[in-house]
Amino acid sequence: MTAVGSTALQPLVEQAAQDYQASNKKVNLTVQGGGSGTGLSQVQQGAVQIGNSDIFAEQSSGIKANKLVDHKVAVVGMTPVVNPSTGVTNISMAQLRDIFTGKITNWKQVGGKDQKISVINRAQGSGTRATFESAVLEGKKAVTSQEQDSNGTVQKLVSSTPGAISYLAFSYVNDKVKALSIGNVKPTDKNVTTNKWTIWSYEHMYTKGQPNKATEGFLKYMNSGKVQNSLVHKLGYISIHDMKVTKNAKNVVTK
Amino acid sequence: MDEIQKKLTAPSKASREDVTGRIISYTCIAAIIILVISILYFITSRGIATFTTNHVSLWQFLSGKEWNPGTLNAKGQPQVGALPMIVTSFSVTILAALVATPFAIAVALFMTDIAPKNGAKFLQPVIELLVGIPSVVYGFIGLTVVVPFIRHLFGGTGSGILAGTIVLFVMVLPTITSLSVDALRAVPTYFRSASLALGATRFQTIYKVLLRAAMPRLLTAVIFGMARAFGEALAVQMVIGNAVLMPRNLVTPTSTLTSQLTTNIGNTIMGTLPNNALWSLALILLLMSLVFNLLIRCIGKRGEIKS
Repeated sequence: MTAVGSTALQPLVEQAAQDYQASNKKVNLTVQGGGSGTGLSQVQQGAVQIGNSDIFAEQSSGIKANKLVDHKVAVVGMTPVVNPSTGVTNISMAQLRDIFTGKITNWKQVGGKDQKISVINRAQGSGTRATFESAVLEGKKAVTSQEQDSNGTVQKLVSSTPGAISYLAFSYVNDKVKALSIGNVKPTDKNVTTNKWTIWSYEHMYTKGQPNKATEGFLKYMNSGKVQNSLVHKLGYISIHDMKVTKNAKNVVTK
Repeated sequence: MDEIQKKLTAPSKASREDVTGRIISYTCIAAIIILVISILYFITSRGIATFTTNHVSLWQFLSGKEWNPGTLNAKGQPQVGALPMIVTSFSVTILAALVATPFAIAVALFMTDIAPKNGAKFLQPVIELLVGIPSVVYGFIGLTVVVPFIRHLFGGTGSGILAGTIVLFVMVLPTITSLSVDALRAVPTYFRSASLALGATRFQTIYKVLLRAAMPRLLTAVIFGMARAFGEALAVQMVIGNAVLMPRNLVTPTSTLTSQLTTNIGNTIMGTLPNNALWSLALILLLMSLVFNLLIRCIGKRGEIKS
């Protein structure tokens, strides 16, 4: 059995797979990265049993979503992060949008220091970027700027570049970067579960059609209290059981 | 009589070995040829899909400056303009080769003519060491040392063509140096002796005789270095900034063909335009390495030393 795809979900699946195999000796599970696009296209081709993705299959062109079955296993919150030297800690959603569309170019326009804003984006088609843009940009086009292909590199660049802004999954935020509040709402797990903090996405594990027995066993394990109540929190994700709202592929949130 | 005839005409052990050896080597060659052809076919067929299946015009692809394969422009055409990446790839390659060549030739001359014994003994391992360092390490040093340094000097983010050039300079230096050493060693000793016998100084010998005689092979060395720089992905990706923007100067973030490929290939889906567009970039890389190879052959043929 092989699970391929999203690098944001990879640590959780890897760890869970290790624990699962320790108690189920017959199961042989391989977990690989490669990106959400790779995960979706490989599971669609039937090359792997599980395709990990940060985005809904419906949001990805070239994927026949009706052939795939979605298993949501966790939630990831994302937050805008800035270099601490900017002097900004809170920002409005409109200001954030203007920064990422290139309308605001200096931190003093949003109450910070007189410093040029350096926008750092994730690669086009990355799941984190898709989530951030659908929650923040309202369909507007992001300004062309630096693109990095991993959370780790983004964190390093934001912490070392004066005036830099980007976005990170909660688990990658450390004390070298400053996570911004939006409209005085803090980026916390609790605010995500109620959708007060709106930048979040599901972590999906897709199967082609209904899963076979071995795959189903593992997916059940992923959804069990053992994983959801301990491992998920430990690795910085939000449990799917804690969510008080649901979001569909068109980004409509219901309670 | 018959027995002797049989003995003489029947295949011996040695000749059977000969046949086996031939079969093995032909099989290997056939396998490699099939491999090369299938790689060429695969990249080409994927690479031209952008133009045949998605109907992007070749001119728009080569001259456009907007790169958002997922979105359409005002005319409903996908935005796949690769010009910024093509320009950046060539800029870092040429600049790195320009900076590295004088250093490489100086080191090579030191090793062959100025201090052949000690120079070679000391420098050879250093050069070999530089070759052995994986490119991700160069990239990481670039990201943690070179980029902040440039940011300190020029402001901005620090990533861009300058940072890429510096990292590539170190990476192509050993390639150009070791090939230059071979080029200079290939110049017959009597060229040197004759020049010295005519009363030329060492510098005059180097400048007027050695470098000129070795020129074609030195050029080959430089082109080999350029081919390496052009294809380098990982280290460049870490320091170039990966913004698909036309480089306005040497310190604005921009993107090369290779860095765009490594950043995005995992996020695209086979058969869709964003994926096909990346294959088209790969096709450009393939064609360019073909051009570099042809250049090397061309120069190599013309410049054989006649004695």
